Amino acid sequence: MAVVFDKTKGLTDKPFHYCPGCTHGIIHRLVAEVLEELDLVDNAIGVAPVGCAVFCYDYFNCDMHEAAHGRAPAVASGVKRVHPDKTVFTYQGDGDLASIGAAEIIHSAMRGEKFTTIFVNNAIYGMTGGQMAPTTLVGQKATTAPLGRDENHAGMPLRVSEMLATIPKAVFVERVSVHDVKHINQAKKAIKKAFQTQMEGKGFSIVEVLSTCPTNWGKTPVESLKWLQENMMPYFPLGNFRTPEEEK
Amino acid sequence: MAGRVIFDENKCKGCELCTTVCPVKIVVMDKERINVKGYHPATVKEMDKCTACSSCAKICPDVVIKVERL
Repeated sequence: MAVVFDKTKGLTDKPFHYCPGCTHGIIHRLVAEVLEELDLVDNAIGVAPVGCAVFCYDYFNCDMHEAAHGRAPAVASGVKRVHPDKTVFTYQGDGDLASIGAAEIIHSAMRGEKFTTIFVNNAIYGMTGGQMAPTTLVGQKATTAPLGRDENHAGMPLRVSEMLATIPKAVFVERVSVHDVKHINQAKKAIKKAFQTQMEGKGFSIVEVLSTCPTNWGKTPVESLKWLQENMMPYFPLGNFRTPEEEK
Repeated sequence: MAGRVIFDENKCKGCELCTTVCPVKIVVMDKERINVKGYHPATVKEMDKCTACSSCAKICPDVVIKVERL
């Protein structure tokens, strides 16, 4: 009898506080499995965001640091410069990274800070109660856009990966999704590649993960995965935007 | 190729994602019981059909499932 799948050592035993069906749990597991596979559990320093994932410092089994809202890339820049031999990552949502933390992520990428960012994009503010985020789709309802996002009033959703891919020192940029098992496997490969890019000292790396928010979308977890596939994926196309090989 | 899935039942939040990805459709919600969180937990009634593909474990957001190949 062989164990085919078991909980990774990269996660602690604390149960997640996330709502039922929230894909944060899947993304946590993928990051933790990569930490274990790359033998980084004792060598990594993570920076937690503000948002639903604020308590991720309790869940990852490595050293963790909390940052002010949106400022995880600034904290990670400092940590990495003081500890260049450690592997540093930030785990941030779209309300954190794409709005209040937009300056921090852009300038960290511009400076080519050698850390990895896991960017969880669920097109809404989760923890604060479903307000419109910079990534909210046109027509999507939010508590601050009860009739749906109006592009003439609130503009168009921000495509973070495409934006960061224009920055020369952002050497690894990829957008993945976790709406089915095949894409979950691809997401894990991308996260692993991002960490390896950092370990090889090549520069800034980011993986954007399309995620769901059943509670604030007002859908069941199963409907949410379908909604992600039908509505988010056309506007946020999956794929790799930058790899270190391009630099050669 | 037989397999076995083991649920850490009291961590299950009843989201039903595991029931949608099983290729042999044996993962179901146990509507007759509730766990300590108050949800109907996911369970498998016909374990002999399990192929140990781990799809349910990979999509579970709460890392409830352990998979063994017999």
